[in-house]
Amino acid sequence: MAGEATKALSNDVLWGGGRSPFSISYGKMMMWFFLVSDALTFSGLLTAYGFVRHSTTEAWPIGEEVFRALPFLHGSYPLIYVALMTAILIFSSVTMVLAVEAGHRMDKKGVIKWLFLTVLGGAFFVGSQAWEWSHFIHGGGGYITTSDGAKYWVQNDAHDTHDPANAEGFHLLRAEPGHYLTGERIDGAEAMALWNDRVAYVDGANMDRNEYGPAQYANFFFFITGFHGFHVFSGVVINLIVLLMVIKGVFHRRGHYEMVEKAGLYWHFVDLVWVFVFTFFYLL
Amino acid sequence: MERDDIIEYSLDAHHSEEAGRKIRRKIWMVTLLLAVVTTIEVAVGAYWKEWFPGSWQLVKWTFVVLTLIKAGYIVAVFMHLGDERRNIRAIILLPYALFILYLVWIAIWESQYIHWVWNTYF
Repeated sequence: MAGEATKALSNDVLWGGGRSPFSISYGKMMMWFFLVSDALTFSGLLTAYGFVRHSTTEAWPIGEEVFRALPFLHGSYPLIYVALMTAILIFSSVTMVLAVEAGHRMDKKGVIKWLFLTVLGGAFFVGSQAWEWSHFIHGGGGYITTSDGAKYWVQNDAHDTHDPANAEGFHLLRAEPGHYLTGERIDGAEAMALWNDRVAYVDGANMDRNEYGPAQYANFFFFITGFHGFHVFSGVVINLIVLLMVIKGVFHRRGHYEMVEKAGLYWHFVDLVWVFVFTFFYLL
Repeated sequence: MERDDIIEYSLDAHHSEEAGRKIRRKIWMVTLLLAVVTTIEVAVGAYWKEWFPGSWQLVKWTFVVLTLIKAGYIVAVFMHLGDERRNIRAIILLPYALFILYLVWIAIWESQYIHWVWNTYF
């Protein structure tokens, strides 16, 4: 890349005053400083997640078992939806860097095209996140614990969690420790007897308890993906404002598109955080 | 609001059509790399335990390494940090890395101890 940063300048000139020794503008440097502090926040969250997961004595849920649903489809697709979300976010990061590149050539049409696609990708990601949350909160049927302390998954064809025992296709699965919605199938009168013997019925997820595992699992899911989702949402709003300013020709008159670059830094950072959330929350 | 005491570095960032083609090719190469790495991660995460039971610990470390590679490309190429001066790279990355390495180390250390306490006394 061309620019001030590639010029060979002696330290005397760089640090001699009257210029930035880093050869970047004030706005870009402040964006970087903000991103460093934001990165510390996300690192803190993910480290706290690792701390809890590492110190707990309960079985921790397995990502590819919990996240294996797709909208409008039945069946098991482990991690496919999260992978799709990751791909969308990475792709919108690519369109953003292409918008920045177009800006460096003062190509207003190019900036508009790529920035519009970036906003679209971001909006799609936020929508996917909403679906993921909804699915996580509603759960896959829930489990009961019986008076002898055994745990059974509750299943029926209608995904009814209000009165599952009277729904079509009601059956139970004898839960295996550390796994989600797996085990030997129990039908008919035996299943009904176990259902009537229940001491607790946990379905879906909230801040107190969830069907997947320890309470902290859902808490960290809500907090980490929620905090990240809010970043994506605000990024989409910022990109949209910048897009409108580009269309109005504000930056063309200014003579450079650095605002696109600064918004781009924030947007890439959001993508960067998701790469880590994807690994440490879903994969490991 | 014209100020003549501020050097406008942004004007220097402009490049030609020729240079733009090169930059765009680099962007698409990095895109391909990120897509391939993510595909490998998902395939391994979803099916490795079925295909090769055991060796999961090794897979986890592979994930961490692949993630750091992806992060490196995003920061260096997409965020253009690789094109900036060495001093700005250093003041952004070094303090952060130092602090986070310490945080991760202390978290792993302490969580092992707490795991032991819970197993032993509760």
